[in-house]
Amino acid sequence: MRLYVILLILMGTLFGVALMIGPAGIAPLDSLRALIFGGDGPMTLVMREIRLPRALLALMIGAALGMSGAAMQGYLRNPLADPGLIGVSGSAALGAVIAIQTGIAATTTLALPVSALVGALVGVVLVLMLAGPRGGSLTLILAGIAISALAGALTSLVLNLSPNPFAANDIVFWMMGSLADRSMTHVWLVLPLIVVGLGMLALMRRGLDALTLGEDAAQAMGINLAQLRLLLVLGTACVVGASTAVAGAIGFIGLVVPHMLRGWVGARPGRLLWASALGGAVMLLAADIAVRVILPMRDLKLGVVTALVGAPLFLHLIYRTRRGL
Amino acid sequence: MTLLSVKGLAVSLGGRSVLQDVSLTVDKGEVVGLIGPNGAGKTTLMRAILGLVPHQGRSSLAQLSPRARGRAAAWMPQTREIAWPVSVETLVALGRTPHLAPGQRASAEDRAAVDRALKRMGLQEFRHRIATALSGGEQARVLMARALAQDAPLLMADEPIAGLDPAHQISTMRTFASLAAEGQAVIVSLHDLGLGVRHCTRLIVLDQGRIVADGAPTSVLTPALLRDTFGISAWFETTPQGAVFQPLEVLE
Repeated sequence: MRLYVILLILMGTLFGVALMIGPAGIAPLDSLRALIFGGDGPMTLVMREIRLPRALLALMIGAALGMSGAAMQGYLRNPLADPGLIGVSGSAALGAVIAIQTGIAATTTLALPVSALVGALVGVVLVLMLAGPRGGSLTLILAGIAISALAGALTSLVLNLSPNPFAANDIVFWMMGSLADRSMTHVWLVLPLIVVGLGMLALMRRGLDALTLGEDAAQAMGINLAQLRLLLVLGTACVVGASTAVAGAIGFIGLVVPHMLRGWVGARPGRLLWASALGGAVMLLAADIAVRVILPMRDLKLGVVTALVGAPLFLHLIYRTRRGL
Repeated sequence: MTLLSVKGLAVSLGGRSVLQDVSLTVDKGEVVGLIGPNGAGKTTLMRAILGLVPHQGRSSLAQLSPRARGRAAAWMPQTREIAWPVSVETLVALGRTPHLAPGQRASAEDRAAVDRALKRMGLQEFRHRIATALSGGEQARVLMARALAQDAPLLMADEPIAGLDPAHQISTMRTFASLAAEGQAVIVSLHDLGLGVRHCTRLIVLDQGRIVADGAPTSVLTPALLRDTFGISAWFETTPQGAVFQPLEVLE
């Protein structure tokens, strides 16, 4: 309980900070006044159309990546699992890359994220077909790896054949992940998907706890493994597909956050779900603030920062695990 | 009262028939030892009875809804898996899963069942220890307590005493006997025929997917069956200390 309170306070604080910093240099109190009470000035526009969507997206996407990472690790009973494992992020990225390459991304705001969502949908349908109707985890991993590899290869092919160096440049930068210049339109696009996806993943709570004893024992205790796997795949597809569609590839959050919080929830995979959602939101808000504070003029990419912070954290955890053995 | 009835159960895995025409019933108060050489189909039979593998024929447990089945029978798989470093108490409490409706929290009754299971396995002092940090034998007892916390009338255990020291092998078998005395029933697969003879009320012998003998230990373990099914000879006597069974030689 205390953990949730601490994480909620941290999340609220960082959300506030995210709203108050930016190149416009508005005084903190003025910015909040403009956000809440509105007005005609440019301040309201900056707050409501630039900073608010950015902070909201960081919060939602962080929560999405954190919870789907916890669900994936719990389901596979492997602390090294990551939400990208089932190929959704790879196929969403492919959809986005195709949109950039063909130029339809430049036509409307929603062309790129919608194309990425279509990519995610195709990916998840293929994974479910390949994994088969029974509830095993092995076929799911194999199907996920196959689809990830295929999507990665096709993404490279698009880059390889790109006749236009600017498009190739755009693609590379997009794939690094960013929340810069996103609008409320993006928020409304991903909000329903993330809410539905988080709801599905949260339903896995009891099943994940039971899986601590292995698939056979869990099934004998009345857990429907096929249904659990479907919740995992569809929930992850919703949250990760939506996240990748608007923010690009943001790594390490789904891997590191559940790992960091596991000790705080007595290692119970069910409890870890919401804790990781809050922790993911905290980490992504912090990373997006860092991106804007450290090199405000250079457009530092969010995915680069999460990887730079995440990899050493992960090394530290490996070191700690090794000492515990 | 009959806790399990199985009729004409058959299983094929990968096109190969591993279980044929198995019929049996298990009543209250029985400790049924399931014996047979490696690959005879003991594990498959128990999983098919629970409906965990596709099968033909009828098993009264497999016909229940998954949660009702979880309340009717507890299952201890042979692989002793504890995936996360949770506390012993948390792990044992997982046995209450089939008793909880979706979203329902553990009640006083659930906690009492966990306490009883910990006490029965002598694990009260381990309550707050991390399950994965225990020794293999201790983990086996914790997993046994988990199955007991499920409070199901029928307990099915796949080689629960493999890898335990002699004292814990005997006390585990005695736990089964005391459960049966309280009106439950146990089906336990075993390789130790000596312990089976002493602690089971009934032995079922499985060979190449078929039941070849079913009855009281003394009537089942005849020299002919030991030769044909296990390929061994044995010394088997009823002594003042109870039945003693000692395998002797491998028969060519």
